[in-house]
Amino acid sequence: MAGIELKSNVPAGELKQKWSDFKGTMNLVAPNNKRRIEVIVVGTGLAGASAAATLGELGYQVKAFTFHDSPRRAHSIAAQGGINAAKNYQNDGDSTYRLFYDTIKGGDYRSREANVYRLAEVSADIIDQCVAQGVPFAREYGGLLANRSFGGVQVSRTFYARGQTGQQLLIGAYQALSRQISTGQVSMYNRHEMLDLVKIDGKARGIITRNLLTGKLEKHAAHCVVLATGGYGNVFYLSTNAMGSNVSAAWRSVKRGALMANPCFTQIHPTCIPVSGDYQSKLTLMSESLRNDGRVWVPISQEDAAAIREGRKKGNDIAEDDRDYYLERRYPAFGNLVPRDVASRAAKVACDGGNGVAPTGLAVFLDFASAIERYGKAAAHSKNMTNPSAAEITAMGKEVVEGKYGNLFEMYEKITGENPYENPMKIYPAVHYTMGGLWVDYNLQTNVPGLFALGEANFSDHGANRLGASALMQGLADGYFVIPYTIGQFLSHEIRTPNISTDAPEFAEVEKNVQDRLDQLIAIKGNQSVESFHRRLGKIMWEYCGMSRNADGLKKGRQMIRELREEFYKDVFIPGEVAEFNPELEKATKVADFLELGEVMMCDALDRNESCGGHFREEYKSEEGEAQRNDKDYTYVSAWEWNETEPILHKEELEFKNVELKTRSYK
Amino acid sequence: MKLTLKIWRQKGADKKGQLESYNVEASEHMSFLEMMDVLNEELISKKEEPVAFEHDCREGICGTCNLVINGRPHGPQQGTTTCQLHMRHFKDGDTITVEPWRAKAFPVIKDLVVDRSSFDRIIQAGGYVSVNTGQAPDGNAIPIEKDTALSAFDAAACIGCGACVAACPNGSAMLFTSAKVAHLGKLPQGQVEHAARSKSMVDQMDTEGFGNCSNTGACEVECPKEISINNIAMLNRSYLSSIFGSNK
Amino acid sequence: MSLTGLFLISFLFVHLIGNLQLLANDGGESFNTYAYFMTQNPLIKTISYGLYFFIVLHAIQGLMIAATNRSAKGYKYSKKTKENASWSSKNMAMLGILVLAFLCIHMGDFWFKMKFGSLPMKSYAGFDAEVTDLFGRVMIAFQEWYIVLIYLIGLLALYFHLSHGFQSAFQTLGLNHKKYTPIIKGVGTLYSLVVSIGFAIIPLYIYINSL
Repeated sequence: MAGIELKSNVPAGELKQKWSDFKGTMNLVAPNNKRRIEVIVVGTGLAGASAAATLGELGYQVKAFTFHDSPRRAHSIAAQGGINAAKNYQNDGDSTYRLFYDTIKGGDYRSREANVYRLAEVSADIIDQCVAQGVPFAREYGGLLANRSFGGVQVSRTFYARGQTGQQLLIGAYQALSRQISTGQVSMYNRHEMLDLVKIDGKARGIITRNLLTGKLEKHAAHCVVLATGGYGNVFYLSTNAMGSNVSAAWRSVKRGALMANPCFTQIHPTCIPVSGDYQSKLTLMSESLRNDGRVWVPISQEDAAAIREGRKKGNDIAEDDRDYYLERRYPAFGNLVPRDVASRAAKVACDGGNGVAPTGLAVFLDFASAIERYGKAAAHSKNMTNPSAAEITAMGKEVVEGKYGNLFEMYEKITGENPYENPMKIYPAVHYTMGGLWVDYNLQTNVPGLFALGEANFSDHGANRLGASALMQGLADGYFVIPYTIGQFLSHEIRTPNISTDAPEFAEVEKNVQDRLDQLIAIKGNQSVESFHRRLGKIMWEYCGMSRNADGLKKGRQMIRELREEFYKDVFIPGEVAEFNPELEKATKVADFLELGEVMMCDALDRNESCGGHFREEYKSEEGEAQRNDKDYTYVSAWEWNETEPILHKEELEFKNVELKTRSYK
Repeated sequence: MKLTLKIWRQKGADKKGQLESYNVEASEHMSFLEMMDVLNEELISKKEEPVAFEHDCREGICGTCNLVINGRPHGPQQGTTTCQLHMRHFKDGDTITVEPWRAKAFPVIKDLVVDRSSFDRIIQAGGYVSVNTGQAPDGNAIPIEKDTALSAFDAAACIGCGACVAACPNGSAMLFTSAKVAHLGKLPQGQVEHAARSKSMVDQMDTEGFGNCSNTGACEVECPKEISINNIAMLNRSYLSSIFGSNK
Repeated sequence: MSLTGLFLISFLFVHLIGNLQLLANDGGESFNTYAYFMTQNPLIKTISYGLYFFIVLHAIQGLMIAATNRSAKGYKYSKKTKENASWSSKNMAMLGILVLAFLCIHMGDFWFKMKFGSLPMKSYAGFDAEVTDLFGRVMIAFQEWYIVLIYLIGLLALYFHLSHGFQSAFQTLGLNHKKYTPIIKGVGTLYSLVVSIGFAIIPLYIYINSL
């Protein structure tokens, strides 16, 4: 595929006019033709469910697929904090432009201007739509919608539903989808996993799925294919992603010619519950909102840190003067509320210096004692108490903190068995989100005509670092308000295309490829479990392509992955048969794809000789240890074509006409 | 800690199943599902078939995990899903019985995996607000009292895991159905279709073969999101009014 | 279920008030004349046929629902738990059958014998008609320890049946309220206790007096 030209297809004109001009002049598909046109949507998270529902409402014949037992299980459901929208309900100076600017800057200037501006533009419509669906957003006493603030911005634009915003938004989209299923506009295929993409004459025309209950392969055809299959954070084995989250649908498309963009841009979230042992299967996020009141610290002396690790001392035993509130020290302007990438790296620096506080050495404290005292004193004041005792202040302070973060504290206690009101929480960064994904143009179409990618599965909006509460915004923007329009650009040329038949030889060929691949995997009958390979891959990724990277490590890591992949195909053991319900086989196909993706991530990280956002190269940092971008040489999107011996890099140069590229500083 | 597990093994939907015993060595810091992972790793290392069970987010929100532990859906802890249950709540030497959700409308697929698609069909019968994308007025056009929004949220917190059905001696899905009816019915946006929604969702529930509510309250006790049976009363009210109040 | 249940609940109370006259120390005059009134008054007669109808309806409905629910559950868990619901709420059908069986014995013993049997007649000064001496029959029956025992078991079943049934009826009708539901629950428990103990006093009192 030499000489792929990556055309962003951004409409001409002023940034602010692009989207409305596009909508006004784009090609439409008439209702009588929509009835005939079939669309496949893979994935039913926020992006997939909202897209399938909206396309169904428009009159397209939609087939939706999920590997879950129900569309409502998608991992969007686990998002806690909230969803951004430029509503300016708080009258604090928010605007579409400000949301656009914050997102571009937060992403360290590695995203496409026009896409991000459109995202900011439609954000307000999302809130309206969700309210109308019955999403119970938090409200003020006057009955109007409430907002809170999130890291890296100076306005309050985050809408939320307790700590379960993702759940409520997903249920809203799921209900809209259910309505279309009941009218017959959408045919829903639960427990069906996409295992390959079928192209006819270069266009995406269908998919091969495996019915997970019977193990049978099925062919599904349509005029186009929309992937909304989420991110690939599970390549690290331990992440905040759900156990089933995977890259396979996207990766199979890459192997059919799509390009993987910026794969090394992964977000490491600073506040997760630390790893406690080798048996651990996943990590749990503690919402970013905790950093509004919690203070992050480690003991200044390594002796104190060692005493805590060995259980001889507790956090509270360390005197105030012996603590290093390192975020407040290093970043006085933003303090504990620096963006995620910055906070994560600082925690790593503290622990690498031998000051970590968990038995593994990998944890820092998130302390609410000051907040409890501050709120307690305020409460005493408002109750007109003179000379309240320390115990009274603490009791009242705890009450306030419970009101704000009760459910998170409870979750922490359930998992760790420790009471965070009494002792400071222990936290450590963990893989959370992947900004990288399938390369798409302005229409969210990949370089394969007829193949679209939405939500976390594409790369387009978050650059090298995503701001809090923007993932939900992007998923729903793509599904409700972008793809229903932009898909018409492709489909308007397809109105004369008769329904695609699964009898086409291309389907038989791809189906056979899939069958062979599954047979090959199950026939290995080696000695090691799929899980053990996944765990080893995760360790390599975390060690060499995690929070900080360097050229030597990346080369070594890449080599190790190649060896591990070879070992996998020789020695993996998968019990059972292909043609039956077989969760181990499902896991194996996912891990096989991660073993290839991991290598491309290493290549990407090695190619990018700069530090930006979530990608921190140790060779490229300022004297104070801060990330150093190289705008002259690396203001491009890396789009990778798969190749067994050497993945091939294609570039889309990024143009910034509406913002000035600056060094991010939070000092 | 050393544990004896008695686990329901069943090869397939139409096969007979039975409890089988396994010994497993666990740590008290593990979650219950991580303990099951350890068991499965051991089985795989012996080239035996691992126990099939469902799980996904492992943080208590997706509603996928569903084990009946010692006779109780999601185990002994209040307000906790199986994935959030930790082994520190068990003692060394314990024998733990692990069974699948039981209800006619949740047939067993394999081992501990059951088919809950009946829940989807109940939602499809009317568990939504009929509004197309793009038709919505401004989000602040209709103020909603804070307490109303909160109580709608309480009902909307349902994760669709099916513990209510599993706990109910009648295999009834009234708590699940009523949670959706109450979530939408309490909000002005959902009021328009409230009575019709109650009727069609209850009818679908009956069609699926769920039992009738006899108000034992077991669902409320086992619900990991602690959803109240007050919602069932609300559903009963709107169901009755859809029958007696309708002039259709 | 709930409507017939509530009707039967209200009947029980009336029945209890009437029967407490058995404890009056007047050789059965007030009770026997009350029984006469209850069997002769046309309005009461109509209501009593309604009552029989509702008992049968309640029983048939209950059994049908129990059967549906049993099949809707399918398999039972091999490990039982008591922790998530009250015993009576889980055993309403069994309790109902016990109450029904008791009711048959009870009706056979008194109502059937009064209507179709040959109980002696009695007349009281100041009361025109001759009345059946149901009082006497009651006195005889409750001197037998095993009849008293049957009654006590029946009433115990009634207690458990009512303790769940009372509040359950309100819930089924959707009559649920943050403030009033706890009161309904309290009243339900109190009511079940009063009715069962009230009825139980009669055979116990007569039996103890006969010793």
